[in-house]
Amino acid sequence: MEKIRSVNDLARHINEAAKIENTPPRLEDLGRTVGALTTAWPNNRGIYDQLKRLADFIERTKAEIAAIRPDDVKREHLPKATDELDAIVEATAGATNRIMDAAEVFTELSNRMTPEDADKAMNAVTSIYEACSFQDITGQRITKVVKTLKVIEARLEQMVSSSGLEGMAPAPRLTAVPEGDAALLNGPALPGAGHNQDDIDALLASFDN
Amino acid sequence: MAVDTNMNVLIVDDYATMLRIVRNLLKQIGFENVDEATDGAQALQKMKLKKYGLVISDWNMEPMTGIQLLREVRNDPDLKPTPFIMVTAESKTENVVEAKKAGVSNYIVKPFNSDTLKGKIASVLGAF
Repeated sequence: MEKIRSVNDLARHINEAAKIENTPPRLEDLGRTVGALTTAWPNNRGIYDQLKRLADFIERTKAEIAAIRPDDVKREHLPKATDELDAIVEATAGATNRIMDAAEVFTELSNRMTPEDADKAMNAVTSIYEACSFQDITGQRITKVVKTLKVIEARLEQMVSSSGLEGMAPAPRLTAVPEGDAALLNGPALPGAGHNQDDIDALLASFDN
Repeated sequence: MAVDTNMNVLIVDDYATMLRIVRNLLKQIGFENVDEATDGAQALQKMKLKKYGLVISDWNMEPMTGIQLLREVRNDPDLKPTPFIMVTAESKTENVVEAKKAGVSNYIVKPFNSDTLKGKIASVLGAF
């Protein structure tokens, strides 16, 4: 951006900016404009002070956005959260099907029971089927959460784009990276990401060799 | 009039688990001839090939939703009289109103129990 040295420079700059229609102002551009204005009127303390406050505010806002590490959130945290939610749906579906397999066996066995026992057994089986519908509701709720995460991702992208932070070095992490024993706590692994019991047994056995 | 439990029933849901649950509950009520479809388009295709005495459909499916299926059914002179029960987690007033406008026979909110399913079927088809 050219340096603004006079009121005429400023008027020309504003006119040029006004020609760019339908383009939302970027935080980065605003910051540069305000910076140029503070240089233009170093002796007018009233305007200078106000512009300085505005410039400081823009810098603080940029720093705060950078501190969120939007790229990390978009590339790492959101996809990870989505994968975890998908894994929940998969695991509950698997468990539900196993429960229903067992209930269906029970239904078949009820044919060999006395009518009274068969009635009781079938009432219990019905309760199992009814309870299993939780999986459908859980799946629908999780789908809603995943959609919300997608919206957050899109908004983050918009925020990064309008702040002019694309390509900038990320701010340091605000949350401490776990160390020692705390770093070992990752919770359940996603399918294929961790070891199964056979892997663990093989690993343990390898220490004995 | 007693319900004819030998009739063909079509259940429509994109969750395999839910299809299995409804099929098993229907079996316990006495319905043996139960077919399944995983969205509205597949259901419509099946309905054009076979006569069903009852359709039990979810709302939220892709590409054709339950409400779209219902409208298609009610706009088809051959399929129009088919009793149609919506079984869905969509429980807002506007959903129920929309389904009623489209010609739904009854509406069940998930999660539901066997008694509710049986009661709604009876209200549509007659007592068991």
